[in-house]
Amino acid sequence: MSLIEEIDYGTPRSKSETMVTLTIDGNQVTVPEGTSIMRAAMDAGHQIPKLCATDMVDAFGSCRLCVVEIEGRAGTPASCTTPVMPGLVVHTQSERLKKLRKGVMELYISDHPLDCLTCGANGDCELQDMAGAVGLRDVRYGYEGENHVFAKSNGEVNAAWMPKDESNPYFTYDPSKCIVCSRCVRACEEVQGTFALTISGRGFDSRVSPGMSESFLGSECVSCGACVQACPTATLTEKSVIEIGQPEHSVVTTCAYCGVGCAFKAEMRGEEVVRMVPYKDGKANRGHSCVKGRFAWGYTNHKERILNPMIRERIEDPWREVSWDEAFSFAATKMRGIQKKYGRDAIGGITSSRCTNEETYLVQKLIRGGFGNNNVDTCARVCHSPTGYGLSQTFGTSAGTQDFDSVEDTDVAVIIGANPASAHPVFASRLKKRLRQGAKLIVIDPRRTEMVESPHVKALHLPLMPGTNVAVVTALAHVIVTEGLANEAFVRERCDWAEFEEWAAFVAQPKHSPEATAILTGVDPQVLREAARIYATGGNGAIYYGLGVTEHSQGSTTVIAIANLAMVTGNIGRPGVGVNPLRGQNNVQGSCDMGSFPHELPGYRHISGDAVRDQFEALWNVKLNPEPGLRIPNMFDAAIEGTFMGIYVQGEDILQSDPNTKHVVAALSSMECVIVHDLFLNETANYAHVFLPGSSFLEKDGTFTNAERRIQRVRKVMSPKNGMADWEVTIALAKAMGFEMNYSHPSEIMDEIAALTPTFTGVSYAKLDELGSVQWPCNEKAPEGTPVMHIGGFVRGKGKFIVTEYVATDERTGPRFPLLLTTGRILSQYNVGAQTRRTENVVWHAEDRLEIHPHDAEQRGVRDGDWVRLASRAGETTLRAEITDRVSPGVVYTTFHHPDTQANVITTDFSDWATNCPEYKVTAVQISPSNGPSDWQKSYDEQARHSRRIAPAEAAE
Amino acid sequence: MSSPDRLVYMANQIGMFFKSQGHDKAVPGIADHIKKFWDPRMKRAIFAHLDAGGAGLEPNVLEALTSLKQTISLPAAP
Repeated sequence: MSLIEEIDYGTPRSKSETMVTLTIDGNQVTVPEGTSIMRAAMDAGHQIPKLCATDMVDAFGSCRLCVVEIEGRAGTPASCTTPVMPGLVVHTQSERLKKLRKGVMELYISDHPLDCLTCGANGDCELQDMAGAVGLRDVRYGYEGENHVFAKSNGEVNAAWMPKDESNPYFTYDPSKCIVCSRCVRACEEVQGTFALTISGRGFDSRVSPGMSESFLGSECVSCGACVQACPTATLTEKSVIEIGQPEHSVVTTCAYCGVGCAFKAEMRGEEVVRMVPYKDGKANRGHSCVKGRFAWGYTNHKERILNPMIRERIEDPWREVSWDEAFSFAATKMRGIQKKYGRDAIGGITSSRCTNEETYLVQKLIRGGFGNNNVDTCARVCHSPTGYGLSQTFGTSAGTQDFDSVEDTDVAVIIGANPASAHPVFASRLKKRLRQGAKLIVIDPRRTEMVESPHVKALHLPLMPGTNVAVVTALAHVIVTEGLANEAFVRERCDWAEFEEWAAFVAQPKHSPEATAILTGVDPQVLREAARIYATGGNGAIYYGLGVTEHSQGSTTVIAIANLAMVTGNIGRPGVGVNPLRGQNNVQGSCDMGSFPHELPGYRHISGDAVRDQFEALWNVKLNPEPGLRIPNMFDAAIEGTFMGIYVQGEDILQSDPNTKHVVAALSSMECVIVHDLFLNETANYAHVFLPGSSFLEKDGTFTNAERRIQRVRKVMSPKNGMADWEVTIALAKAMGFEMNYSHPSEIMDEIAALTPTFTGVSYAKLDELGSVQWPCNEKAPEGTPVMHIGGFVRGKGKFIVTEYVATDERTGPRFPLLLTTGRILSQYNVGAQTRRTENVVWHAEDRLEIHPHDAEQRGVRDGDWVRLASRAGETTLRAEITDRVSPGVVYTTFHHPDTQANVITTDFSDWATNCPEYKVTAVQISPSNGPSDWQKSYDEQARHSRRIAPAEAAE
Repeated sequence: MSSPDRLVYMANQIGMFFKSQGHDKAVPGIADHIKKFWDPRMKRAIFAHLDAGGAGLEPNVLEALTSLKQTISLPAAP
């Protein structure tokens, strides 16, 4: 194993298909038109010296180190900004070029500290490399002149010197080492799209400036790390590199945060992570990252991580640390005892969307095969289960239709109920890049999110009232149908025409017009009509949506309405279009694929199908139950009723993440055996009897499947700190319960998945190692996977239009609860915060705040930063207010990253009609000033502290 | 599911989605959905409620459950 060195070609790849041949240093080189001479030379293996060029950003031509000579042309053009032409004869090395380059380097070094031995970039510094490359041996100018290097010069304070900025928790900015190549500025603009950095001043006064000469932390910087990656010197350096030193080997793996699934190089020293660097060949992220994946991995060795198994008889008792064997036998005895007493169906489990495909597969196998029932569910229940239902009904597959590269061909992007800038930041950066090239953006969201307005991006915003998605999307369809904008040729060819006609007649009814529905939705009919016209006629239209669509009483209906919209406009089945659910967790797509839902086996095949069951029964050597099992909310109901008494929860914090916390507490308290398998004593563990320590994504092998259906390897870079990878824990628990599963490596589990799942038959670790990643379906028909689905026809045959009647949620505002609460996420925190709260990311978001419109705040006497009581029909909590017009009057908003906020005490039991996905996004609430935590918060905190006690080890005799 | 209220609510919610497709599509649609997604104890509980008169169930839902009850055989309660 060694450090993976990725070739820097100096300038981005040209997409042209026209090829050009030229001669560089006597070699014939053929490259796409539009390629720079620098890149063409690198293609031929000749590295032209460079400082300001790197292939993540466009050429800039400022350092003049990459000059070349071209026969027949005057002067010495910069090779980064000069495109190739047929027949050019280029020389990259000559006496004249050598002299010029040495002169340039001499000037650079005359204003740069010579502390190479103690510098953080020692061993990874392009300035050092270039000094070597040009043969710099002397600096004739000396170091005494005007400079940015020394705090004092000639005994006087040096006004040009600036101290280090260490405000960002993860990297430092040392202006004395800056060569003003502006790679960081361009990375912030072109790659990330935040425009937080600029070069202030001119000439010798030029400085990299975050915001208006602010600190990095105080500026609008989002800490994505692109600038640090781009920096050729030690000016921007990871603090971990400064502390530890340069890595010696690296391993490509997949981020364990969101559903974008960024590929990273874990750069290591022994078993210690030095840094995580986004991998250029990662097909989801193309070399970009966000603050979470790039920097927030410190939770993996946080002091609160639990490394030993623990058990207790009652949740009032302190935890007792025991051996693995004792924990497994205790858990197995309890679970089997419950089945004896209450029946086979009285236990179940929850697979983790944070764990690998292989681990998820094993948990559902244990439940179906070992428990003998189908009481298995996963956190997709509370996020994208309506996507699975809606897209399988209309298109025939339960997943998004495109890859992320598709966005590069999109002309109109529609974002519904999602805020990628916060929740899927790397995708947001890729989308913004396309928007800056001229694509249009429509945002349908109650809140003016970061996507609506950002540098060089202005969306058409439809600020709807929470809970009216179906009315808005159906109104869009109304406009398309009644204004004659439907793509009839597409519909006739690909969809069921009779169903279309029935649907078209339905949406064309005047009651579905934007004018008629405006009173419910609050959306200006003219704006809605404009949006419909742009989507239907603006070229390639792509819809991206999130939990603002699914987490409603009519979540599944909205997904169907979105699918109808894509079909009626013909925006399906080619690059640049499609219906794209932005999946939340790293492996939530995978956990659904792996049969985590109670009604279906891996590959989305219903459990009642005899042929499918036969296949699994033969390989697993068990009899399977043909009846669907309980979904998570049904499990809670059954627990309270007394028919569901034991649960194995792998890597999910149901108590914090599921709605109506009091109901969940009642359910968990009713159970006789709760097994929590996690990194930390999470909130659910407060009600657990068995705690099995988990392993982080750095400590095991496996695969994750991202929102594009892309299966990518997770690779072990260190031994599990708890002693066992999660898949090994499940196998041992199964064994203790008398259900043997024998695998010596996760690759064998994938082989079994491939053998049993038609969309995975071509997947193997060998193929993933060879291709980097594949998108399912991957089988004999598509050996290298399927980037875009439904090309030429839908998976189900004909696309199915289904009518979508708007039904108001039963969660209504009224005199007691006049405001609507909706919930969301913030960039620096992730989901329930179990990981990110245990990193330095808390500097950006130390607590959840309640966003409230100035008008609503004034009526209630609430000022910015005040504590407010937030009450719904389900419960009440307190948190601090943030007054902002990002939300409309009548709407309030909060995040749910912190357990002490208890946002889910407020949310209710209402759920999607088809899948029971909870209605997180609409809760009627009232706000009033408050002076501290609610009684519930106090008693919850007390119980949590009591429950987390671990008994001291008994002294040895 | 100590009280059938929640199940009646859920069944009617399913009924509401299918309502706009008309009676002839709605009844089999509702029956199929409940057959595919409800656990046996939920089905047993709603059938018991149906036997007790099915109070609160919308007409389409009542009809769907009546036909479903005749066509499926559930494992006995533990």
